Amino acid sequence: MTVQEIISALGLEQATGDADRLVRVITGGYASDLLSCVMAGAADGNVWVTLQAHPNVIAVADLLNLACVIITEGTRLDEETLGRAREKGIPVLLTEETTFTVVSKLAELGIRGEH
Amino acid sequence: MPGPRGRAVRSGLRSIWADLHVHTVVSPCAEVEMIPPLIIRRAQELGLGILAVTDHNTAENVAAVQRAAEGTEITVLAGMEVQSREDAHILCLFDTVEQVLAWQEVVYAHLPDLKNNEEVFGAQFVVDETGDFVRMNERLLLTAAALSVSEVVAGVRDLGGLAIAAHVDRQAFSLLTSLGFMPPDLPLAAVEISRHTTPEKALARHRSLRGMPIIMSGDAHRLSEMCANTLVTLRAFPAPPSVEELDLALRGEGGRAVEWVPR
Repeated sequence: MTVQEIISALGLEQATGDADRLVRVITGGYASDLLSCVMAGAADGNVWVTLQAHPNVIAVADLLNLACVIITEGTRLDEETLGRAREKGIPVLLTEETTFTVVSKLAELGIRGEH
Repeated sequence: MPGPRGRAVRSGLRSIWADLHVHTVVSPCAEVEMIPPLIIRRAQELGLGILAVTDHNTAENVAAVQRAAEGTEITVLAGMEVQSREDAHILCLFDTVEQVLAWQEVVYAHLPDLKNNEEVFGAQFVVDETGDFVRMNERLLLTAAALSVSEVVAGVRDLGGLAIAAHVDRQAFSLLTSLGFMPPDLPLAAVEISRHTTPEKALARHRSLRGMPIIMSGDAHRLSEMCANTLVTLRAFPAPPSVEELDLALRGEGGRAVEWVPR
C-alpha cells in the first residue's frame, strides 16, 4: 500500500508531498497526539495519524523518515507548518474524520501497528 | 539565607526568593487552604519576595491575593496557567490585574462553552482577600483553550507579559511531552521544571532546553508545596520587582540573574 493509494482510498486532501514521496510503500501505522510518544514509538516508513498540526509535527515526521502524516478532525495547517512540510517534501494529508475512524479504515486496508 | 528583600548584590540590584507558580481555590484541583491570607502567610514564612498567582485558565483570584499582600514586602505578580490547544501548560505573568484580566478575556473566548463538574474536577471558588466566598466560577477551567502555544506566547507578549513553559519534565500537560522538543524561535522567557527533578537532569534528558533559562517552582496546590528555590537578582527599588525586570533577570542582563538553589 502506497501513500497515493491511501489518499485515494480514504479520500484525503493532500496539503503537501512531493511526487516521489507518494509512491512510497507504507511499512505500518502509528497514532498519537503526544509528539514525545511518537518520537519513541513510530518507525521509518510509517503513516502517522494525529490531530496536532504544530510545526514540530513536520520535524518529527522528517526525523523518523515517516511516509506521511494524516491530520484529523479538520485541523488546518498554519503557514509555518505548511512551509516546513513543503520544504521537507513530506506528504501531509488532511481529513475531517476522527483519528479513530481513519485508523479503522487504514486497518481495513491492511496497515498494521507492528513494524 | 537572604531575607525577603535579600542582600544588596550591587548598586540597585537585590536578590529575592520567588515562587512563580501558585494556585488558589479557584483552581478546582487546589486544596481549600489555598486562600489569599494563608498563601501570603506561607510566603512570609518561606521568605518569598515574589509570588505569582497562576490558576488554570483564570485570573479571578489574582486581585484578592494582591490585596492580601498589601502592607507586606511581597510582590504578587498577576498570572495564569493556560492550557494550550496542544495540552501544554504555559505560565503567563503580568504586573497588573488589568493586564491579566485582558488576557483572561482572550482565554475565555477560546474555552469551550462547558460547565465545570465539581464532582469530577472539584469546586472553583472565587474569594476575597480574607478568603471569604464571593462566587463560584462555573466555567470548565481544566481543559484546553483553542489557542496554540505560539498564539499564547505572542498574546501574552503583546499585553506586556512574559510566558514560561510549565513543568516541562512532567509526563502530562508539558510542552516537551506534547510537542516532543522545544519549538525553535518560540519567544518563551524560561522553562519551569518541577520539584521532582534538577536542571542538570532535565538538560541531560532534553537537549532542546539548552540555552534556555530554567526555573523551579512549587506548582503549589497546597501550602506545603510552595517553595523558595528560585533566587532572582533584579532591580527592586524604589519600584517593586516587575515582569520587565524578571525578564531581564532571566536573560542575565546587567548583573541580573535567576539561580536555582536546592535546599
